[in-house]
Amino acid sequence: MFEQLTNLLDQNQIFNTSTLLTYWDGFVVTCQLVFISLVIGLVFSVPLAVLRTSSRKWISGPIWFYTYIFRGTPLLVQLYVIYYGVIFINGIQESIFWPLAKNALYPTLLAFTLNTAAYTTEILRGAIIATPRGEIEAAKAYGMSRFVTIKRILLPSAFRRALPAYSNEVIFMLHASSIASVVTIVDLTGAARDVYSKYYAPFEAFFFVAMLYLLLTFLIIYVFKQLEKNMLAHLRPLS
Amino acid sequence: MLDFAGYGPELLKGAWVTMQVAFLSLFLAVALGLLGATAKLSHNPFWKGFATLYTTIIRGVPDLVMMFIIFFGGQQALNIFFEYLYDNYEIDYFINVNEFIAGVITIGFIYGAYMTETFRGAFLAVDNGQIEAGKAYGMSRGQIFLHISFPLMMRHALPGLGNNWQVLLKTTALVSVIGLTDMVRVATEASKAEHAPFKFFIPVVTVYLLLTWISEFIIKKLDAKYSVGVLKH
Repeated sequence: MFEQLTNLLDQNQIFNTSTLLTYWDGFVVTCQLVFISLVIGLVFSVPLAVLRTSSRKWISGPIWFYTYIFRGTPLLVQLYVIYYGVIFINGIQESIFWPLAKNALYPTLLAFTLNTAAYTTEILRGAIIATPRGEIEAAKAYGMSRFVTIKRILLPSAFRRALPAYSNEVIFMLHASSIASVVTIVDLTGAARDVYSKYYAPFEAFFFVAMLYLLLTFLIIYVFKQLEKNMLAHLRPLS
Repeated sequence: MLDFAGYGPELLKGAWVTMQVAFLSLFLAVALGLLGATAKLSHNPFWKGFATLYTTIIRGVPDLVMMFIIFFGGQQALNIFFEYLYDNYEIDYFINVNEFIAGVITIGFIYGAYMTETFRGAFLAVDNGQIEAGKAYGMSRGQIFLHISFPLMMRHALPGLGNNWQVLLKTTALVSVIGLTDMVRVATEASKAEHAPFKFFIPVVTVYLLLTWISEFIIKKLDAKYSVGVLKH
């Protein structure tokens, strides 16, 4: 079985074992980038979204500014600014941070995280301000403190309402991660670029990753559909 | 402070390129969107399936990968085509795929898919009675589209259209990757040469934010124009 597979791959000029392994490594890097930045971004965006809804201008203002800047400029520009900004800091090449900064992965993760946190903050804010007033009044009537109200009433229902929009953000992040290939990271797109330059076969190299991204996108849509089915079950029409 | 080490004029030129790419691809995207929406709403299963395939595939593939397919793959396809012409008909002709055209086609093609969905929803939101009234007045199909469906549809399409435009504008930064000298590329080259990233990217960021801000304003004005006759609370 295994031998047959290797035989088959050996006959194929472009998709032989070594290129498929390049693609596999790229796939792992893409998954890492997307997953890590989404998780950290989500963790940061929850408190930011709550503070963004504050009526005090000096609290909500700076967060509005942060999200406006990061949502109003291309991710590619953010990546360049952070990537070049880090490696051109005076004296960083002699400091202990150089091993971290030299690897393009960390500046890229930072850019992706900041970007997704900005978008997720706005998605969550929209979900939070859509909370029915009566629910908050009920919490107050029960004598819940602000923190308890946020934890028990505001956030659980806001997360549910934000789910459809957040699934779009996850897909957006998967697609945006292809930009990492521009700063020398060999993710899925980077692997395709390597294969392209090795065999000068643009259609094969890029079409293959395009199909992989398509598959991943469908997978994400499916997972979120299942999640929505479970978490938004109470909103489904009867019958 | 505003000297940009001699890169000022280059940056301005780059900003102009960015705007050209953005507007031309918006034009293409709207045209493709209208075509796609018409195909999706038609009763012909072939066109319907074709448009559905188009929107599904485009929306599932990253912009950058799509751009590589069209830029590098398009060049290869043209090469094969002209080689075939030369071998069989002795026609000696050659076209180099231009970064500008490849960029505009890619971005227009991608956002055409998003526009298709926007316009489809908007056309569905138009009251059928309006179109029936047009038919009763003896209007032709073209007249109904021009005087009834299109203006009424635009009110529903504008919010989605505005969003798509804002995302499209930011996507234009990707043309710098395939080698077009837009303002992002100028800033990148300048940063590498001068070892000072913030100096050159601050004007770039400012231009993007300014364009976003102006677009928001224009969309608001357009919204007011197309919402005449609708009660706004």
